[in-house]
Amino acid sequence: MGKKITIEPVTRVEGHGKVTIHLDNDNTVTESRLHIVEFRGFERFVQGRPYWEAPVLVQRLCGICPVSHHLAAAKAIDVIVGAGTGDGLTVTADKMRRLMHYGQIFQSHALHFFHLCSPDILFGVDGDPAVRNVVGVAMEHKELAVQGVLMRKYGQEIIAATAGKKIHGTGAIPGGINKNLSIEERDAFLNGIEGNPQLTADQMVDWSETVLEFFKDYHRKNKDFIDGFASFPSSHLSIVREDGALDLYHGVIRAVDAEGNRLIDDVDYQQYDTIISEGVKKWSYMKFPYLTELGPEKGWYRVGPLARLNVCDFIDTPSAQREFEEFRAYTKGKPNGMSMHYHWARLIEILHAAEKMRELLQDPDLQGEDLVVQGRRQPSGVGVIEAPRGTLFHHYDVDQDDQITMCNLIVSTTNNNEPMNAAVNGAAVSHIQGQPEITEGMMNAVEVAIRAYDPCLSCATHAVGKMPLEVSLVDRQGNTIAVKQSNMSV
Amino acid sequence: MSEVLVYGYGNPGRQDDGLGIRLAQEVQDRQFQNVSVDSNYQLNAEDALAISQYDIVVFADASTNEIEGFRFSVVQPAADIAFTTHAMAPGSVVGLCHQLYCAFPKVYLLEIRGYAWGMAEGLSPEATDNLSLATSFLSPLIQNPVVERFDQAVTVSS
Repeated sequence: MGKKITIEPVTRVEGHGKVTIHLDNDNTVTESRLHIVEFRGFERFVQGRPYWEAPVLVQRLCGICPVSHHLAAAKAIDVIVGAGTGDGLTVTADKMRRLMHYGQIFQSHALHFFHLCSPDILFGVDGDPAVRNVVGVAMEHKELAVQGVLMRKYGQEIIAATAGKKIHGTGAIPGGINKNLSIEERDAFLNGIEGNPQLTADQMVDWSETVLEFFKDYHRKNKDFIDGFASFPSSHLSIVREDGALDLYHGVIRAVDAEGNRLIDDVDYQQYDTIISEGVKKWSYMKFPYLTELGPEKGWYRVGPLARLNVCDFIDTPSAQREFEEFRAYTKGKPNGMSMHYHWARLIEILHAAEKMRELLQDPDLQGEDLVVQGRRQPSGVGVIEAPRGTLFHHYDVDQDDQITMCNLIVSTTNNNEPMNAAVNGAAVSHIQGQPEITEGMMNAVEVAIRAYDPCLSCATHAVGKMPLEVSLVDRQGNTIAVKQSNMSV
Repeated sequence: MSEVLVYGYGNPGRQDDGLGIRLAQEVQDRQFQNVSVDSNYQLNAEDALAISQYDIVVFADASTNEIEGFRFSVVQPAADIAFTTHAMAPGSVVGLCHQLYCAFPKVYLLEIRGYAWGMAEGLSPEATDNLSLATSFLSPLIQNPVVERFDQAVTVSS
């Protein structure tokens, strides 16, 4: 009798995941699918609202990455108010937004590593669930955990200072920013937040290098797992600065294939809808983006840290550039298709973000007074940003009464839909296929594959009694034979 | 006198999901002595550091559980396996606080029942009533913050 494994949500309002793994009579994996209940109601909700509300409204989308939505929407609205893109803003506005964004990248990546990645690599994919968690890390590697907490706090404080507040920030406004960084705020970030000598820009760079070395040491000792787990070739897409540098805030769209050949050659992101299409599959609510020219079968791509380091030519901060060179040399300059190397790439980006924050904090432009520009009003605008999890598109059309008439979002997790399905299947084949008994560790392997991509499933709401993910094994007759739920219990 | 932190969390852009934040605001407005207030979208790792600096902590969150208005419980340290970023359960924050900072605040969870979760600001009428009940319940406790009184007020065992 064939079997099916399902990992599914129970109660979350939206933004939950479900994995179903179908097994044949001899426990051969016949099909693996990651279902994510994508909430697209926002695109209808925002219609009829004044365009200038968008950068604040979009933070309702997600309580986890509101800064990314805030900035992507603001960039789109910049175009609508005639401020243009990139150099269109004042230097103070551009650099304040960049500081906000790098704070977001820094805290998000740090949390992902300490909260989600480190338990798996410290205790093993099949380690005891009682200790394979962030509290277990704290017990066994206290110094690492303390650093993780403070790195996260530093990034959060950067966001609060640039966005104005922690919840529903208002920092980015159409055509610019509504505040600069005061001397007092700057000095706190450089010399120690709240007088804490550990919460400095220099310390964040040092700790970023430490955690990167920690991962590289683990990699040296566990090459088979890190290199081989859920590894597969793919195309990669991100924005890059016009000179090819890694740029998480602004740039042109570039995509490369598995051999490194350019598929999309530095296209203005206002034209994103001429190069990217969104496919649908009857078994998933979430769309499947692809490069239009290649079609849905061959045109899918990865986004996020791994893709960004595969796509860019260099990094413009010295320590991250050194690490980037080592990263690229590992695959002899070819694009890297190893899912677990997302963690490596993410840690290089943490270092880059720390260096960027330090660089920006020392820049007197952050104390400038020229905050907003406007120009000739436009009927449409597209904003793109490299969010922690990957490329995020916001597109708005507005009418003559300044009301939004159309909104289209392609979020990072949607861009990674096809590769996450491929990773789930790879993990199922390597850890579940042919096994006489399905263990918690085997089921966790499937989650490890998804976690590498850091999908944002628990978006938008948080309330007691929610559960983000469930994995199920299902037999050939459709009977569920094993279930693993990832709980958020009280 | 005990130092108290009231920490509300949730997304106020999703109707009743903002109940925790609204309760924190209500407490802030009343300006109790020795009571600090904080709020955020989610609980997370750095909150272990925040709560380590207090004697008594009250987390306030919206709840989809079918409870009568609100309920108040002790938060026990836990070690959850999280699937995805970036939220921690209250018990995990407490567990992390114990491990990292050797601090042992008494932590409670005030769950307030919500009913509507759409993309809009503002609470549903039923949730507004529950917020009022929860605020009335919590106010006398934090006005005279003694652990024994908090323990006696627990409405459900954890």
